[in-house]
Amino acid sequence: MREPTWFSWTRRIGLTVLAVFAGLPIWVMVTSALKPLGDVQGDFRWFPTQLTVQPFFDMWHTIPLAEYFVNSIVVSTVASLASVGVALLAAYAVSRYRFHGRQTFSIVVLSTQMFPGILFLLPLFVIFVNLSQATGINLYQSRLGLIITYMTFTLPFAIWMLAGYLDSVPRELDEAAKVDGAGPLGAFVRVVIPVAMPGIVAVTIYAFMTSWGEVLFASVLTNESTRTLAVGLQGYATQNNVYWNQIMAASLTVSVPVVIGFLLLQRYLVAGLTAGSVK
Amino acid sequence: MHRFSLGPRKLLGLFMTAAVIAAACGGAATTTAPVVSAPVVSAPAVSAPAASAAPTAAGAETTLTYWASNQGTSLENDKQVLTPELDKFTQQTGIKVNLEVVPWSDLLNRILAATTSGQGPDVLNIGNTWSASLQATGAFTQFDDATMNQIGGKDRFLAGSLSATGAAGKPPTAVPLYSLAYGLYYNKAQFAAAGITQPPTTWGEFVADAKKLTTPQHWGLSLECGSISENVHSAFTLSQQQGGAFFDDSGKPTFNTPQNIAAIKQYIDFMQSDKIVNPSNAEYSNGTEALSDFAKGKSSMMIWQAASGSLAQLGMNAADIGVAALPLPDQMPAGGKKVTSMVAGINLAVFNSSKNKDAALQFVKFMTSTPEQEILNKTYGSLPSVSEAYSDPAFQTPAVQLFKNILATSAAPLPAVAQESQFETLIGTAMKNMFADAASGKAVGDSEISSQLAAAQQQLAP
Amino acid sequence: MVGTVQLDRPPPRKRRPRRELLPYFLLLPAVVLELLIHVVPMLVGVGISFLRLTQFYLRNWSSAPAAGFDNYRLALDFNQAAGEALLHSFLVTLGFTVLVLGFSWMFGLAAAVFTQRSFRGRGLIRTVFLIPYALPVFASVIMWSFMFQRDTGIVNHVLIDQLHLADQRPFWLIGQNSFYSLVIVEVWRSWPFAFLMLTAGMQSIPQDLYEAAAMDGAGVFAQIRWVTMPMLKSVNRVLLIVLFLWTFLEFTVPYVLFGKSAPEQADLISMHIYQNSFVTWNFGTGSAMSVLLLIFLLVVTVGYLAVSSRGSDNA
Repeated sequence: MREPTWFSWTRRIGLTVLAVFAGLPIWVMVTSALKPLGDVQGDFRWFPTQLTVQPFFDMWHTIPLAEYFVNSIVVSTVASLASVGVALLAAYAVSRYRFHGRQTFSIVVLSTQMFPGILFLLPLFVIFVNLSQATGINLYQSRLGLIITYMTFTLPFAIWMLAGYLDSVPRELDEAAKVDGAGPLGAFVRVVIPVAMPGIVAVTIYAFMTSWGEVLFASVLTNESTRTLAVGLQGYATQNNVYWNQIMAASLTVSVPVVIGFLLLQRYLVAGLTAGSVK
Repeated sequence: MHRFSLGPRKLLGLFMTAAVIAAACGGAATTTAPVVSAPVVSAPAVSAPAASAAPTAAGAETTLTYWASNQGTSLENDKQVLTPELDKFTQQTGIKVNLEVVPWSDLLNRILAATTSGQGPDVLNIGNTWSASLQATGAFTQFDDATMNQIGGKDRFLAGSLSATGAAGKPPTAVPLYSLAYGLYYNKAQFAAAGITQPPTTWGEFVADAKKLTTPQHWGLSLECGSISENVHSAFTLSQQQGGAFFDDSGKPTFNTPQNIAAIKQYIDFMQSDKIVNPSNAEYSNGTEALSDFAKGKSSMMIWQAASGSLAQLGMNAADIGVAALPLPDQMPAGGKKVTSMVAGINLAVFNSSKNKDAALQFVKFMTSTPEQEILNKTYGSLPSVSEAYSDPAFQTPAVQLFKNILATSAAPLPAVAQESQFETLIGTAMKNMFADAASGKAVGDSEISSQLAAAQQQLAP
Repeated sequence: MVGTVQLDRPPPRKRRPRRELLPYFLLLPAVVLELLIHVVPMLVGVGISFLRLTQFYLRNWSSAPAAGFDNYRLALDFNQAAGEALLHSFLVTLGFTVLVLGFSWMFGLAAAVFTQRSFRGRGLIRTVFLIPYALPVFASVIMWSFMFQRDTGIVNHVLIDQLHLADQRPFWLIGQNSFYSLVIVEVWRSWPFAFLMLTAGMQSIPQDLYEAAAMDGAGVFAQIRWVTMPMLKSVNRVLLIVLFLWTFLEFTVPYVLFGKSAPEQADLISMHIYQNSFVTWNFGTGSAMSVLLLIFLLVVTVGYLAVSSRGSDNA
């Protein structure tokens, strides 16, 4: 059925308003990235008169931007994939099984989201130092320590959200797969996961972005060579000056791959994987 | 529409691969090679978590870990400045130095983590206002007379800088490395255009000059009113001039006194009754806005630490930059001190848990030696903290002489108590709120200031 | 089930114990990680709240003097300046969270509904909506602080210079407006996330349900109310509670927007606790305030989950 006209218009206007809301600061960032330093905090103009691409060149030298970028990509990718993997298993258990301790587990896991991060920081650092001394694996200045930390940070939400998405996948699908002879895990992987793929993609994006943007723990758990972008960008604020234009230029540049990733991934956010499957 | 035929095995495989990649990434904790060709600096060993190498006999291979703060135009710049000096040190003593430049946003967090866990560098830079608080942790080597003699003796240092190295009555917990002070920057061209020939020396002249320079489009003074540290530094200086103090000799807080109220009122009056400061300055909080206004000629004066480098980067004409000491009251109040700046600067500290104390002290001696002080402070635009270094012609310019005089004669250290950072946060925030009130037209008088100071003191934990 | 005759077979006894252990095995990696990285540090944090842990004892926590409930008393004494400020901060944060949650969710839902049907450029629009989520917080919030500058910012430029909506140039970063600026920036950052989660959730709603409803004469709003919302229930339940928690504990946005010290009207609780305890090396007090916060959030969460589970058999 075609949508009513009034709804079409509401839709267009609504989308435009939201797009402007989302996009306006980005436009300001772009113009700021192209201004000489003195003008960034100057009077606002929609189209600035003096433009320069110098910030896009200088930004690679003020901080080791490329190195930080690689660190961030590695840490975020591994942490998000690992987190979603672990979370899927746990979410399947929570969603499909009624076992002792299910409620406790869920609440305890959720309660970790209720504590300000600063409180975890020092105890966690001490734990990592002790573990490193015991096992010989460097956890507190390496990417590994950061990956484990981020993986765990994103687990609670990932588990809860995936359990929510899995809950909305009808049990009949599991049953149908089992009738076809698959075991419980087989049913899960072959049938349920593809149907829940939009949710899985969304949660992976969440896990990636959380790791990408985390600052507090990265500042303590990394050294120069393992530092991530979120922390590293603050290096543009030096003792003598803050290179606003380079900050904007760097932020836009490092976001390009992420946005391209979104563009590619959002085709998984499609309907129809359930349509007609329950017959 | 894709059919994802991931069997359980494939899923497990994916997970394992991620785990393996994660483990592989963990091993990559190597430091980047120094920019300048130099003897290879050993990376912190991946397997042994101890940040400092095992204790060795003198002359054998020792490696120190040094956390430098950001003093230059960028982290890379700091590395480029320091690496040749560190190489010199290695040539002289055979001790290698593993340098890491830590941005200011991270430094305190990392010091905290290092203090808590015992895993940290051997030598590090600290902000001098942190000295008393860090001293209280007991994690840093005290520079008693014996230790001081090891690095060349106490008397080499500027008295002003040395006063900001620890709690009163206790030995220094760090030695001064780079020194800084506040000055009154003024725009020579705008002063000349307004017919003012000399920078003001008293507050009366100051306000009169600023009023002359203030027009509907232009302001006589720009202040970073939203910045906690700028507020509290100015409040401190003005309070000293009034004869006030925020802590008494025994370390008890004395916030709510008439002298402190007078000092803060004077500062807020610049905006509210003298009207020489743009009310919009109440929002300026990122530490660069007042500087930027001055650089662009929107204001004629500002109170800042060494700023010529930043001003040049913002496009200000060097010939227009003038600097003078902060004015004094027309008539010094009873007990008032002729203080025009707090003692600002960076200190060098040694971690008590360091396994290479002797090597670390040698490094401290090197960094505070006269030639190094001359080289580093010249590059960074700060002031040497040892008096001998001032004989270098680079420090003979009028601006540097001015700051040196300020440091030597009219600078005082912030209260050297363990609650120093609490004091800064409470007073600075209270002043920010007062400026916000003044900017929106609410009167901020003595009683308002008094109640804010009393509330701040109440929140000071013992 | 197909209509074949089911033979009465005894349940396969060997498989049952193994099947009952399966959920525990599935949970194991998550439990181990959570315990090590989250739960143990949290318990240590709770323990610290009963100590007078200041810089003097930082090196050796066990030597810190026990403070019993003193830290809690200090935090909860609403007659003293410290307790009063904490209460005020709590109320500000509550108001902030409710507003942000409401708007983020509404915008996210609206955008998800509007982009449900495929149209040309839908991928692009979805990506534009997600860009604020992709940008580093530090940079985008600084950008907003420039935009809100009284004299040179775009907001006042548009409102005053171009639209002439008021005579006086308002302040956005101090004073009462600072609260609204904070809300605006936070909504800007979090509604894309709600949009993402709701879009994903809406994909599992079968199209035939909408068609059936349409044939019954349901208009757009009715369809949303009777088809979309019930199907989104499990997703919404989680989304709302985690958004509530994250928004309540928001730290970075006010920290960057207001330059490390927030005006009293926008003093969010995470930053308040940070400024009044950690910055001053007073970890015992900070931990106590955090534990109080935890208790409040736990009560809210458990209450919400209990209420939202009633009537749903998925609980």
